[in-house]
Amino acid sequence: MGEMIKPTTSQVIQTGQSGFATTKFNELLAWARKYSLFQYPFVTACCAMEFMSTASPRYDLARFGSEAPRFTPRQADVLWVVGTVSQRQAPILKRVFEQMTEPKWVIAFGTCASSGGFYDNYATLAGIDKVVPVDIYIPGCPPRPEAVLDGLMLLQDKIQRGDKTPGVVKPRHDPAENLVQLRRKTG
Amino acid sequence: MAQKLLDILIERFGDSVVLETHNHCGDETAVIDAAHWREVATFLRDDPRCKMNMLADLCGVDRFDAEPRFEVVAHLNSLHFAHRLRIKARIGDEDGEGALLDSLVPVWAGANWFERETYDMFGIKFEAHPDLRRILLYEEFEGYPLRKDYPAAKTQPLVPYREGPDVLDKLPPFGADEGMVFGRKHLDYVKEED
Amino acid sequence: MEPLDQEVEESELELPSDPMQLMMGPSHPAMHGTVRIAVELSGEVVVKADVQIGYLHRGFEKSCERGNWTQVFPYVDRCNYSSPMLNNVGYALAVEKLCGLTVPDRCQYYRVILGELARMADHLVCNAAMAMELGAFTPFLWWTRAREMIYDLFEEETGARVTHSFGRIGGMAHPPTDNFKQHTLAILDKVVASSDEGISLLETNRIFMDRTMGVSAISQADAIALGWTGPCLRSTGVPYDIRKAHPYLVYDRFEFDVPVGHEGDNYDRLMVRAEEVHQSARIIRQALEQMPDEGPINVDDPRIVLPPKGEVYDTIEATIRHFKIIMEGLKVPAGEAYGYTEAANGELGFYVVSDGSGTPYRVRIRPPSFALVGGLSKLITGQMIADIIPTFGSMNMIGGECDH
Repeated sequence: MGEMIKPTTSQVIQTGQSGFATTKFNELLAWARKYSLFQYPFVTACCAMEFMSTASPRYDLARFGSEAPRFTPRQADVLWVVGTVSQRQAPILKRVFEQMTEPKWVIAFGTCASSGGFYDNYATLAGIDKVVPVDIYIPGCPPRPEAVLDGLMLLQDKIQRGDKTPGVVKPRHDPAENLVQLRRKTG
Repeated sequence: MAQKLLDILIERFGDSVVLETHNHCGDETAVIDAAHWREVATFLRDDPRCKMNMLADLCGVDRFDAEPRFEVVAHLNSLHFAHRLRIKARIGDEDGEGALLDSLVPVWAGANWFERETYDMFGIKFEAHPDLRRILLYEEFEGYPLRKDYPAAKTQPLVPYREGPDVLDKLPPFGADEGMVFGRKHLDYVKEED
Repeated sequence: MEPLDQEVEESELELPSDPMQLMMGPSHPAMHGTVRIAVELSGEVVVKADVQIGYLHRGFEKSCERGNWTQVFPYVDRCNYSSPMLNNVGYALAVEKLCGLTVPDRCQYYRVILGELARMADHLVCNAAMAMELGAFTPFLWWTRAREMIYDLFEEETGARVTHSFGRIGGMAHPPTDNFKQHTLAILDKVVASSDEGISLLETNRIFMDRTMGVSAISQADAIALGWTGPCLRSTGVPYDIRKAHPYLVYDRFEFDVPVGHEGDNYDRLMVRAEEVHQSARIIRQALEQMPDEGPINVDDPRIVLPPKGEVYDTIEATIRHFKIIMEGLKVPAGEAYGYTEAANGELGFYVVSDGSGTPYRVRIRPPSFALVGGLSKLITGQMIADIIPTFGSMNMIGGECDH
């Protein structure tokens, strides 16, 4: 994680001298991109409820710069795949992704988009990474809006660093940690 | 009250058409001979003592062990009298062939999509249905998933899957013998494929 | 249009006379996720419409046959995800009908209150989405803020905001929290006030009225023949509400009205839902007064309800009971039952067939929006393409339920 994949960019950073303007320009570009991510809400199922909550006044996606939904893939930066993608929907998802222009990122919002959820049956695609490359996985059924904001901030961090490896949003508190403490208290 | 509708049906059609009746859990149920399906439905809609003007639901059940294999179950509702009735017809042989029933679309317009769904899930065909095609699944799908012998985890992808290190490694889907083994009566719905 | 790479004679050029075919969806902002409407247009007027659902078919009914009766609750939650509690209650009632169980009074009141709160949330979201698609973004923001208050209550009671899987056969997963009544009363007025404030922006707004009044009207006879129930049927003038016609739980102990419309057009559907928010609040207030503060929540049947965890670790009988219910699933007597309730969209029915074991043989959900969307093509044929948006929004199609 964190390794530069494109050799030209990493070379520039390593030398650090003649590449000052280029590096700074890339940083500036990354800064501009990460704070103005236009969404394509590919909304299918129950996660839509939490997506609406995240876009609503209390959790407010807009303060991250990611407010404007663009319902045409040509004008969108981030493909938010919100909810279960069924086998029937998979070709449409692939087509929408292919129509998006570079640079583009994909967020798998929810467990069904990340791995199919508990719908492991004939009808469901077991994770959208089977058809499109995913940058951020946000597990949860549905994920809390705070987890969604964590995912968005993780994406913004990756954009700033130019990191293309996928990331998963971890829970803020590891539930097992409390369990261990509980055992220590009683045992 | 509990037997009212069933009495009306038996009085009008007799035992050759109304094959079985029961009243479990307060739901009046009648098994109708498949050949008289639409006739009974029209009578129930039009008769002034019944006036079942709404088709609440129409679905199929795969009885797997029994012959005839499928049951088409229709729940009828009367907004005038607030009484309800369940009528069923049994069709199909043990391989699922020959499952053909009269369509109820001429009787209640709402039967259209319910019958399409029953066809999609079970393969039961409805005669004189204006537009019998799959509704919940895609055209390329082969087989009828709610039949007991269709394995639940058998996918038919439309798009070839990507390979690569970033494709999440997911646990393989449940096999037919996994999940809730102790609670099930049948474990052998799906025949082993060689 | 003629292909550009072919030579076509001037005299052979013709204006196209076939109607234009347009695919709206399945990834479309106004298609509520996952419906494709294949329309044939003659100018702006829809000549033919083919509504294709099924893009969210997740195999609910097949999945239910793989686990036990209690494991159906999470699946059922995700059917109508705008009002999950109503689904939980509906399914629990259907299986309890088959088992011949009646839950204690306190649980019935609890189910009614949580169910009505879920109904309010559903109506708020439906109206919010419909208004937003017509350009009225403000009510959407206000009503989702009101919905957050309901979600906070659900989070405190059940542990989860949206899909809480709180119902159980024979009761609920946990008893109400200590300040359940105070919390509910505190938010009730605010939610209703927010709903009214948003409606006041819309109900006499010239643009909104022009776009929704008289658009996609349907007659009573057509609606009944299509199997419509719920607010959409009541907007045509038919006063059919399952809570009044076939009372279940403790609905016969409350005084509430059933709002009814006149024309069955989009405006009526929105206003019926807005008025139902008021009626739900009325029911909740009466239920809060009548609900006993003490008493069991679950049925006292050792074969159905899990024993308390403390006893499971201490006594052998409770351990065996726990083991049998978890490993084999609770045994529902063989037979069939159709349990129906008034969900936010209409008659939500569950037809359950049991073979006597711990695994359901068949769980069939009768989704209210399936029947509603079945009539959509009839509603939009003859209307303009821009009318599809409020019409579809007013029907409250929930994909998880419609496509199960």
